[in-house]
Amino acid sequence: MTQHGPLLLQVSQLARRSVMRTFRRPINVFPSFFFPLMLLAVNVGGLQAASNLRGFPTDSYLDFALAFTFLQGALFATTNAGTDLARDIETGFLNRLALTPMRNAALLLGQLAGVVALALLQATLYLTVGIIAGVRPESGVLGVLLIVFLGVLVALAFGAIGAFLALRTGSGEAIQALFPLFFVFLFLSSMNLPRNLIEIDWFRAVTTINPVSYLIEGIRSLIITGWDLQALLLGFGLAIGIGSIALTAAGWALRGRLARS
Amino acid sequence: MRDEHGIQAEALAREFKGGIRAVCGIDLAVAPGEIYGFLGPNGAGKSTTVHMLTTLLPPSAGTARVAGFDVTTEGQQVRAAIGAALQEAALDPLLTGREHLRLQTALHGMPRAERKRRSQALLERVGLTEAADRKVQTYSGGMKRRLDLALALAHEPSILFLDEPTTGLDPQSRNALWAEVARLARDEGVTVFLTTQYLEEADVLADRVGIIDHGTIVAEGTPASLKAEIGRPSVEAIPANPAELAAVAAVLEHFGKPVPGSPKGVMVRLDGGEEALADVVRALDAEELHVSHLQLHAPTLDDVFLTKTGRSLEGAGDELEEPEPEPVPA
Repeated sequence: MTQHGPLLLQVSQLARRSVMRTFRRPINVFPSFFFPLMLLAVNVGGLQAASNLRGFPTDSYLDFALAFTFLQGALFATTNAGTDLARDIETGFLNRLALTPMRNAALLLGQLAGVVALALLQATLYLTVGIIAGVRPESGVLGVLLIVFLGVLVALAFGAIGAFLALRTGSGEAIQALFPLFFVFLFLSSMNLPRNLIEIDWFRAVTTINPVSYLIEGIRSLIITGWDLQALLLGFGLAIGIGSIALTAAGWALRGRLARS
Repeated sequence: MRDEHGIQAEALAREFKGGIRAVCGIDLAVAPGEIYGFLGPNGAGKSTTVHMLTTLLPPSAGTARVAGFDVTTEGQQVRAAIGAALQEAALDPLLTGREHLRLQTALHGMPRAERKRRSQALLERVGLTEAADRKVQTYSGGMKRRLDLALALAHEPSILFLDEPTTGLDPQSRNALWAEVARLARDEGVTVFLTTQYLEEADVLADRVGIIDHGTIVAEGTPASLKAEIGRPSVEAIPANPAELAAVAAVLEHFGKPVPGSPKGVMVRLDGGEEALADVVRALDAEELHVSHLQLHAPTLDDVFLTKTGRSLEGAGDELEEPEPEPVPA
C-alpha cells in the first residue's frame, strides 16, 4: 500500500464507477440521445428554406444543423456530470473518497470518464442518424473521426464546467437550475444561421463573441466544407482552452471542497 | 492493525463562517485499543470533532495527533492509519456492495488479487455475502451501515472513527454492529472513537466516555465512574389517580430536586440516597396518596449529563438554535 496510491489505478477505478453509474440510470441517458435528435428534426423541418438564402454554405439544412446536436448532447453530459458530483457531495460519498489516498486529479479525471463515454456514444449516434438521413461529410472518413473527437472534446470541456459548478455549489438542484442558462448560451450562437447571414446587429455581435459559435463551426466545417484550417483551429483551440480553464477551476474548487490537510 | 499511539488533542477548536463556534478548545486522550464514546446531543460538536480528527476539516485552533501523526501537517499518514464511517452511510446507490469494496481497496492501492480477497473477507464478516452483487439502493438501513463499516475497515486501519453508527437502526442490527465494534477492539486492538447520542450505546460499548455539550467536554471518565460521581439515585412515582399528580409531586419535592421522567408521574433525585425510599413511601401513605408505580432508578449517563449541564440529554439537541454546521469550502 502506498500513501498516495498509483494515479492510473485510481483514475481507472473512478472512471469505471463513473461510466457504470452513467449507464445505470437510463432515465438520465435517454434524453441526451433523444432530445438533440428531436430538435434537429424540428429545425430541419422548419428551417429548410433557409438553405435557399444567398450565401448559405450548403443546400442541405440537415448538413448545416447536424453540428448543433453535438453541442446539445454535450450540454446534457455537463448536467449529468455536475449532478453526479453534486450528489456525491450531498451524500457524503466525496468525504469517503477523501479519506482514501485518492489524488484530486484522479477524482476529476475519473468523474469525467462517464462524460467521455456518453459523448462517444452520442457522437456516434448523431453521425449515424445524420448519415442515414443523407449527410455526407466533405472531410471523409478521417473527418468523421475528427468530428467524433471534437464532439467528445467539447463534452469534456463542458463536463469540466459542470464539475466546477458542482464543487462550488455542492447542490444537484443548482446544477439543474443552471441548465436553462446554458441552453440560452447555445441558442445565442450560429446554431441556426451562419453568422454572416444574421441581419440583426446585436444578435450577430453576440454570436461572434460567443465561443459556442466556433465550437459548432469547427464541427460544421468538417461536414459541409471539408478541411477548413481556421475553423478547426478555432474549434479545437476553444474546446481545449475552455476545458483547460474549467479543469483548473474544478481542481481549485475541489481543493477548497475537500479542505483536507 | 494494532494501534500504538491512540488519539490526542489539545485545545482543539473549530469556528465556522458567521462566528459559529462548533468546538471550543477540547482536550482528548484516547489510549490505543480503547473504545472511546463521545456522547452528546445533536449540534453539540461531535461530528465537527470527528471531521477534524479525520483530516476532513482543518481546526481553527489547537492541535491533534492521530496514530502518532499531526492532523494538520501529516494528513496523508493520518488517513492511511484510520478508517471512518461518518454520519449517514455515504454510499452510491447505483453500485453494488462488492463494487464499493473493490473501489475502496483500489483507492488504497491494493493489488488486484488482494482487493478481491479482502473484499470477499469483509463481505463475509459483515454478513453481506448474499447481497454483495445487489445495488445498494436495494439495501436496508442496517445493511448499508454494515457495508459502511466494511468500507471503513477495507485497508485494515488501526484507528476507527464511527460517527453515530447506529442512528436509525433496528435493535438487531444495532446489537450486531456493537458486537463487531467490540470484537475489533478486543481481538484486533483497534482504537475506536465512537460518537453517539444514545446513552445505552455509550454505556454498553465504551471503555471511557466524553460528554460534549455546546462544543465543550463537560465530563469524562468510565461510565461507572461518571455515574458513581453523581452517586444519588432517583425515585419515580406515578399516581394511581392522575388527578393526584400535583399532590404526589409536592410530597416528593421534600426528598430531592425534580428531574425529567414520565409525563404521567414525578421523579426526583433522592438527596438521602436509596435509604430515603422508605421515607418516601411513608410520606405518600401519610397523605393517603396511592401510586400505581414506584421505582428506584440507579444513576445513568443522562443523570451525569443533567448534573453537568442542567438539561436532560434526551431532547437536548432540540433546544439548540443552531444545527451543527457542515464543512464548507474555503
